[in-house]
Amino acid sequence: MNHLELLTFARGNALNWALMLFAAGVVLRLFEIFSLGRKADLSKPRANSPGSGWRTVLTRSLPAEGMLKRDPVTYISGYVFHVGLFLAIFFLAPHIEFFRSMTGLRWPNLPTPLVDASVVAAMVALGVLLAHRLNNPVKRMLSGIGDYVAWGATFLPLLTGYMAYHHLFVEYTLMLSLHLFSVELLLVLLPFTKLFHTFSLFISRWYNGDIFGRKGVAS
Amino acid sequence: MSVNLAKGIDAFKEVIDAPIASFFSSCVHCGLCAEACLFYTETGDPQYTPIHKLEPLRRVWKQEYTLLGKLGKMLGLSKPVTDAELEEWKPLVYNSCTMCSRCAMVCPVGNDMTYMIRKMREGMAASGHAPADLIAASTRSVEIGSPMGIRLPAVKAQMKHVQADTGIEIPLDVAGAEYLVLMSSMEIINFPEYLAAVAKIMKQAGKSWTLCSDAFEATNSGIQIGVSDIAKILVQRIVDGAEKLKVKTVISPECGHAYTALRWEGPNLVGRPYTFDVLHILEVLDGFRSAGLLKTTGFEDALLTFHDPCQLVRRGGVLEQPRNLLKMVAKNFVDTADHGQMNWCCGGGGGVSAIEEAEPLRLQAFRKKKSQLEETGAKTLVTACANCRIVLEEGLEHYHMNIPVVGLTEMIADHLTEGE
Repeated sequence: MNHLELLTFARGNALNWALMLFAAGVVLRLFEIFSLGRKADLSKPRANSPGSGWRTVLTRSLPAEGMLKRDPVTYISGYVFHVGLFLAIFFLAPHIEFFRSMTGLRWPNLPTPLVDASVVAAMVALGVLLAHRLNNPVKRMLSGIGDYVAWGATFLPLLTGYMAYHHLFVEYTLMLSLHLFSVELLLVLLPFTKLFHTFSLFISRWYNGDIFGRKGVAS
Repeated sequence: MSVNLAKGIDAFKEVIDAPIASFFSSCVHCGLCAEACLFYTETGDPQYTPIHKLEPLRRVWKQEYTLLGKLGKMLGLSKPVTDAELEEWKPLVYNSCTMCSRCAMVCPVGNDMTYMIRKMREGMAASGHAPADLIAASTRSVEIGSPMGIRLPAVKAQMKHVQADTGIEIPLDVAGAEYLVLMSSMEIINFPEYLAAVAKIMKQAGKSWTLCSDAFEATNSGIQIGVSDIAKILVQRIVDGAEKLKVKTVISPECGHAYTALRWEGPNLVGRPYTFDVLHILEVLDGFRSAGLLKTTGFEDALLTFHDPCQLVRRGGVLEQPRNLLKMVAKNFVDTADHGQMNWCCGGGGGVSAIEEAEPLRLQAFRKKKSQLEETGAKTLVTACANCRIVLEEGLEHYHMNIPVVGLTEMIADHLTEGE
């Protein structure tokens, strides 16, 4: 199989399988959560509450009062990583072209040097977060193999994308295939690792806000 | 697997619901919850990380309610939860969690650790891994009527003293009264001024109220230890008392967890909505204030600060009322850093103050409160929870800090306009 054939496979069958497993995994995980249900709360909710599930879905994106100071590394690296990754996925011109080919939808891209910088920032932030995980006693205790697998699966698409764009070390067609494979690995792993928080955090934040909101607390 | 362990695992399985599944699914092991927990910040010991306290429950969720976890269990790849592990987790689930909910306010993915600890304790208790002191308190609650072993004659004795001191008759079992007033054991034994304060305030407001001989105790050991059957018996007594006397409103005393138990958990425990309202005493007083029924005179001299009880401010939504009331009697008031919804716990909630072996850790955790208070320079500490109050008094004494702790209801009563 030459590089072109490999790329054809990466863009074709491999991608289709990865997307199918991803979709099936997400549906399964969502079913696993919602099928457990929850009992109706018979206590009388407060008539006026500054809180609610939807409110908390949004507000939890910001650090709680006093928390930024307590662990600035986690917060700042976390923001830089998430924003960088988001810009790279959705605002790089070739990615928008890819989404257009799949869905027919298109939107304006950001200048490539800007996306390029955001990818570098995201990779640096991931590096900082890994070092923090290895050094911080709490994070180290909480971490298992899954955390490091998730880290690697997130880092690889950024790295291979960056290398492909800059034509570094490996022949471009091969590098593009490796980039696609790394994305496919990420897609398959996402539903079954902590990366599933991409979806489930909207649910957990909503429940949190709902539990507190009915008591009149903006959580 | 022992019979008890099987019961515990079944209880874990029973309590796991969609919110818990979403919480465990979302956790990214960022460790930020540790930074919100005073048992971690004051010890630096990672084992006190809130989400870590739930590890056995998480594994039961994974092994029982996820496809991958089930596969792992079938292939013998997953680590089963054992009696030894639960025993090891006992100090984490009970001694070092006051269910204060600070962690639930900061978790970036929205995990409510307190919701989970409350439920996890059901499995801990069912499997025989609850602290002996909480078992004893729960037993006394069911058999005697109060966790501290107080019976009706002790309440009657206090009523007599208060009547003698205030000249106000304390009503008992008066059918048709508007309010049923409950007390916590701590108020009956240590803080009789609460009942006197309520009597004076009700008199000034011109409201009818009563105590109930079958339902005078508001606290609920059942929710602290995590046995819903016990919690239900204790709430049912109050429901029966309130319905027998046909009161409109039951007043939860200055006790945080009693309010949580009665106001928020109670209807779910007894399986139906109430026929009456439940209000914390501060909600009642603030209602009187806004209706012009609470008239005070004079102001406190000393610089005051307020300790927001976790169960009121974070798990109860009683946030503005204490400050509205304090304004009536205090011009010289300073809030602590992190007051209100982000206030730090006294360290003794959720049953912790009843666990003797937890005392050294609780006192260590109290350093957070100590530094919070020292920053304000306050000379008097006001609060609205008798359990917080006793824990604060003990902590202040331990650290040789000469700051009196006063209940807000009592402070308001001290300033009531005479002759009205």
